[in-house]
Parts: sequence; structure tokens; C-alpha cells
Amino acid sequence: MIPDFDRVSLKGIARHYGRRRALSGITLTVHGGEIVGLLGPNGAGKSTLIGVLATLVAPSSGELRFGGLSPREAAVRGRIGLLAHELHLYGELTAHENLAFFAGLYGLDPGAAVGAALERAGLSERAHDEVASFSRGMRQRLALERALLHRPRLLLLDEPFTGLDDAAVGFVVDRLRRLAADGCIIVVATHDLDVADGLVTRVALIRGGRLVSDEPAGAGLRARYRSLVGHA
Amino acid sequence: MFARIALLVLRKDVAIEVRSREILYTTLFFAVSCVLVFAFALVREGQVAEDVPAGILWIAIAFAGTLALGRTFERERYGETIRALLLAPAPRSAIFVGKMLGVVALLVVAEVLLVPIVALMFDAGGLFARPILFAGLLAAGTIGFSAVGTLFAAMLMRSRTRDVLLPILLYPITVPVIIAGVRGTAALLQPAPDEAMAEMWLGILVSFDIVFVTLALWTFEPLMTE
Repeated sequence: MIPDFDRVSLKGIARHYGRRRALSGITLTVHGGEIVGLLGPNGAGKSTLIGVLATLVAPSSGELRFGGLSPREAAVRGRIGLLAHELHLYGELTAHENLAFFAGLYGLDPGAAVGAALERAGLSERAHDEVASFSRGMRQRLALERALLHRPRLLLLDEPFTGLDDAAVGFVVDRLRRLAADGCIIVVATHDLDVADGLVTRVALIRGGRLVSDEPAGAGLRARYRSLVGHA
Repeated sequence: MFARIALLVLRKDVAIEVRSREILYTTLFFAVSCVLVFAFALVREGQVAEDVPAGILWIAIAFAGTLALGRTFERERYGETIRALLLAPAPRSAIFVGKMLGVVALLVVAEVLLVPIVALMFDAGGLFARPILFAGLLAAGTIGFSAVGTLFAAMLMRSRTRDVLLPILLYPITVPVIIAGVRGTAALLQPAPDEAMAEMWLGILVSFDIVFVTLALWTFEPLMTE
């Protein structure tokens, strides 16, 4: 049976790289259905925190739990989806081959999963073209479907809107809202306040590796960000 | 599960290589150039010292392997696909084995080309006298070299000085493999091939393989966690 969880909890998470402190004392719990925006300037520690949540970066101290599950359980990774600025796609392979490869890694039947994912990404007609020939927006749509192929409970996105035009941003935002409505836990690291403003249900502001604010999203995000972090 | 994931990763690497041929061509060109340079430098009036062909063959394999290792992981670094591989619920050691088999496959292709060239340029027809024993030496040496190389290449993927560090770390550790390969091959190249000696070196190579592959499987997961 595939393990499941309904929340992710971080308690006193710290991560040091030598003497540099990337994260310090991060305590945060995210529940299913929430879209949490991790906001902060460049170098604030957002990507490191996403790495910790993805179990790819080991915290120096603190505790990370996926419901009642430990991050050390390999099966937990099967419930996490990650989309970063680097899209985790092989440019030399076609869209179909990329999705089929990752479906195989997750033990899915590529026949069923890949066709549906290509359909959702609007790339059925380009299924057998090499990904290197795709526009940034097309690659981003494909990468999002790759991250969602195994129906993750926790979806982590690190600057998912970089380089996208309005239509592509609209596609991603719409997809994320539907996933949250289905109970997915979504954490989006971004410094794009315009997109975050209408998308996230909760805002976690990070500065210098510390969580300086954690509150429900609402009007005046830009003003709050400016007062707590600096320039918006 | 383990074998399925390893084969999936291998098949993916082969598919990419068949399409781009980037690593294969550069590796083969480098390996053949290496043998030709040594041939021009060391062969005088058709004569060459007895053990030289064995040494040249294994040096060319080691150099070509280093080149292939660097490029194989550069591919995973480029789109950060290594993170997607590591995030999958598959055993990470299976991912390591898949990557290692990809390097082994590339080196086998290089060896298929290199062996006849070395035999021709250095008048070393003895390489074909005991084909099974010689193939065993090549296979065991290639697996040992690839196991250590794949581990180090993966480890160094995020290092800015990976191109410099890879040979610095790799060659001292794989020296026993290369020495055993050279001595075993040289035993077969003597006027009266010394099969017993070659078999002894093959046994040593297999022992190295067991140690290196076990250590690599054991350490890959912790080493790949950032």
C-alpha cells in the first residue's frame, strides 16, 4: 500500500553549509488543500527549504515529518512532486519518452499515465518531438505534468513562473488551484508577488534563512512583504 | 524492482546516446588518438617492448572512461534531472547501477574498436589467442573502473572543479584495477601465453570488482544527499 499523509510538518529545521547558515529554526506545518507561498528575496533560503521538503537536502538539525511518516522512508518520495526552475527533463528525448521514463521510475503503467499527461499539457500533437525543440512554456507544462504523473500528495514548486508568458502562467495557476481543491499540499517558492497574490492561500515570508512571517494570504501582500523583507 | 529500475536508467542513457552520439564519438576519437600517438612514439622499425601493448590498451581505456564519466553526469546536471532521479521512490542503488552499466556499455564499444587497433599497431595478435580469458580481463577491469568512476562522477557533479577533481580522485583508487588489467593482458601477450598468470590477475580483478561495487552501492545514497 502506498503511504499517504495529510500534512507536512517542519520543527526547528536548520541547514548549514560550512559556516554559512542557509536555514535556521524553521517551524511550519502545511495541510492538504493549502497553497503556501514561500516568499523572500534571492538567497533567503527558499530553494534550500524546498530541497529539505523534497528530502533531497538533509537538515543539519530539526525534524521533518510527512503526517506520521519519516522522510527516511523511500516510499514517502513516491508521494512528492517537484518542479523547479530547471525542469528535470531530458532535452534529447521526446515528450512521450520523458514521461514514459519517469512513469517507469514510479512504477506506473506508461501506457495509461503518459497519454493522459500529454493531453493535460496540451502536447499530444508534439508527443514525439524532442523536448529540446519546445518553447519554455511548453517545457514548463510538460515538466508540471511530469511532476504530477504519480499523483503526489505534496507538490513543491521552486520559481515555477520564471520565463513564462501570461497564458502559460494562467495554465499553471489554474492547474494548481484544481490540485489544491483535490487535497494536494502545495508549496510554491517564488519572488513573483504578482502571481503569488492571487494564487496562494497562505504566505510564509523568509529572510536570511529565518521564517519572519506565516499568515493567511489576503489583501496588502506587497505592503506586508515590503515591511518585513524590504523592496517588493 | 531493482533490476527493472537499473535497466530503465540504462535504456534511457542508451536512447539519449543513440540520438546524440555525443559521448560515443568523443570517447572513441579520444581513445583511438591516444593509441595512435603512443604507436608513433613507441614503435621503432616495427619493434616494441613486450608489455607495452597491454599498457597502452589499458591507458586508452582509462582515459576514454574518464571522458565518458564526466559527460554522462554532465547530462544529468544540465537539467538537474539527477534530482528527479533521486526523488523517485526507486532504490537509489539501482539508479547507480543503471548509470554504471551505461558507462560500461560505452567502454565496451570503445574496447571493441581499441583492441584490433592496438593489435594492429603494436603487432599484438596474441590479444586474440585466448579470447575468453582476455574478454574476462577486459570485462572485470571495465566493471571495476566504471563502479568507482560512476560513484566519483556522481559525487563531484555539483563541484565547480569536477573536471579536474575526477581524474585526481579516480586514478589513484583505480590503479590496482589498471595494474591487474595490464599484468593479466601482458601475460597473454608473451611468446608463450601464461594462462595461469592471466587467470590469477583475473581473480584479483574480480575481487576488486566485488569490493568496489559493494562499496559504491553502500555509499551512493548517503553521498548523493545534499
